Amino acid sequence: MNSRQTLRPQSARPAYLAVLWTMLRNSLVRDMSFRSNFLIESITSLAWMMMNLGFYLLVFKFTRELAPGWGKYEFFAFLATTMLINSVVQAFFMPNAEEFSEMIRTGNLDFALLKPIDAQFLISLQRVNWSSLSNFFVAIALLAYSVWKMTTRETAPLPLHPWMLMAYPLYVACGVAILYSLMISLAATSIWLGRNQSLYDFWFYITNFSRYPMEIYEGQVGTPLRLFFTFIIPVMVVVNVPARVISQPLIGGAGRDVALGPGLDQQFLLGFALLATAGSLGAARWVFQRALTSYRSASS
Amino acid sequence: MPAPILSAPSLPAPIVPTSWSASWTIFRIALEERLTYRGDFALGTLMRFLPIVTQIFLWHAVFTAVSTPVTGIAKTVAGYTYEEMVAYYLLTMLGRAFSSMPGLSSGIARLIRTGEIKKFLIQPVDLLWFTFLSRVAHKTAYYSVAAGPFALVFFLCRGYFPPLPSAATLLLFTLTLLLGFLLGYFMEVSLGLIGFWWLEISSLIFVYTLLNFFLSGHMFPLDMLGPEWQWLVQFIPLQYLAYFPAAVFLGKITGAALAWGIACELIWIVALVGLSRWLFHRGVIRYSGFGG
Repeated sequence: MNSRQTLRPQSARPAYLAVLWTMLRNSLVRDMSFRSNFLIESITSLAWMMMNLGFYLLVFKFTRELAPGWGKYEFFAFLATTMLINSVVQAFFMPNAEEFSEMIRTGNLDFALLKPIDAQFLISLQRVNWSSLSNFFVAIALLAYSVWKMTTRETAPLPLHPWMLMAYPLYVACGVAILYSLMISLAATSIWLGRNQSLYDFWFYITNFSRYPMEIYEGQVGTPLRLFFTFIIPVMVVVNVPARVISQPLIGGAGRDVALGPGLDQQFLLGFALLATAGSLGAARWVFQRALTSYRSASS
Repeated sequence: MPAPILSAPSLPAPIVPTSWSASWTIFRIALEERLTYRGDFALGTLMRFLPIVTQIFLWHAVFTAVSTPVTGIAKTVAGYTYEEMVAYYLLTMLGRAFSSMPGLSSGIARLIRTGEIKKFLIQPVDLLWFTFLSRVAHKTAYYSVAAGPFALVFFLCRGYFPPLPSAATLLLFTLTLLLGFLLGYFMEVSLGLIGFWWLEISSLIFVYTLLNFFLSGHMFPLDMLGPEWQWLVQFIPLQYLAYFPAAVFLGKITGAALAWGIACELIWIVALVGLSRWLFHRGVIRYSGFGG
């Protein structure tokens, strides 16, 4: 009986932080052993980003704003937020979601399930792709530049409140959490489908709807799309809410209507984003657990 | 004394005429291989139109922003009305269905790297002709399946298209699509053949993809670029992969400019055929194959 008691604390509470730290370090060591590859990957993702930026610079040569309230620098802050969130998701979760599908196919998932630690935690964070974070820093620079431009311009400068700077990281984290939930749910479906090769494609097509301010989705097709991707699959909340927090005056300024419908304004969106985050994480957890119960090991 | 298997002088010129029956077999096998997964294919094609949806909304927002609020008169962006802009994007999808060659250059580079290319050097089958036939079969399979999704999307979006252009324009449009296929094919083949020298060409392919995305007109009509960029657009052949066919259909390029464009495209194709032949010839001389 004594021995049971001494054993128990060890097996019941795995040291999550220590495990996380080890995984982060191992990934960095791994990335650093192929240094030129790391450099090339960083440059590659930077180049794509620059090209994107070039396209929007071109668009803004022809128009002053994209939608009411989304001028050049507001939109660049939006773009920076997209990059920020995507770089985090790509660094931490993308390689793992891909690996997860592969583990199911090969039967290697057995080893993850046998370990005395939460399977979702282990699977979600096993490998970190550090090179994707190069975009993170460029995004920060772009964000800082856009905010500086917005606050110092002559007509209608942006009043920057300390709370905006505090709420921004929170909502960026919410966005990351929503995308993570979507990704791990999609990856978990490969337990049922056997193989999920088009994970990347599907992911790209859905998240595509998060890339622009939600105001642009209007009309017969646009409004249903906006409502669907806000309330059913909340990908439109992901970038829109943090980008709004940093670029649209909320307190002390007239909050612009989000055009969600009558009575649905900015404050509503701020509350809803938190709710959507909690809901997404919960749903992803549920899908993950359900999928695991259907898992039949692929090995003999 | 064991003779080296692949010493260059003993090898006949790499251009080995492949008999028509062999060509037909190559084509048929490649076609059947491609048609095995047609369900996945059709769905994939339909999904590929989804990003266009967001693009259409983006342009709608831009055109709303530039239009005069009082009269509601739509302005043009770089000479394009909103309807033309949407039609442009849909037409570039069609252009790229002809000119994009997924996996071609990386496939050729892999043949060289893994040594699989040896079989083309000892069998009376010409590598470039073989890959050309496989690619034509691939595209044929693709069109036979993708025609449905394409027709559906174009039908749903018919309101965005101007009235059907004249028969002559349609004929020229078809010609530009076919030339786009040839141009895309020989560009990617030449790129892949650099694998004889570099072995690993993924970074080269990346640069090509990047330039292609921006300067083929896939992302936006090339007319949007200012005069400081136009010389580059005109100087390199990428515009023929997406922009040129779409602009011909929309009547943006007519008369002498059209004739000149097609002439330039033909010159590019002939030059690239020559380049790919030369690269292959030099590459085979350089190449050394070991083992079985």
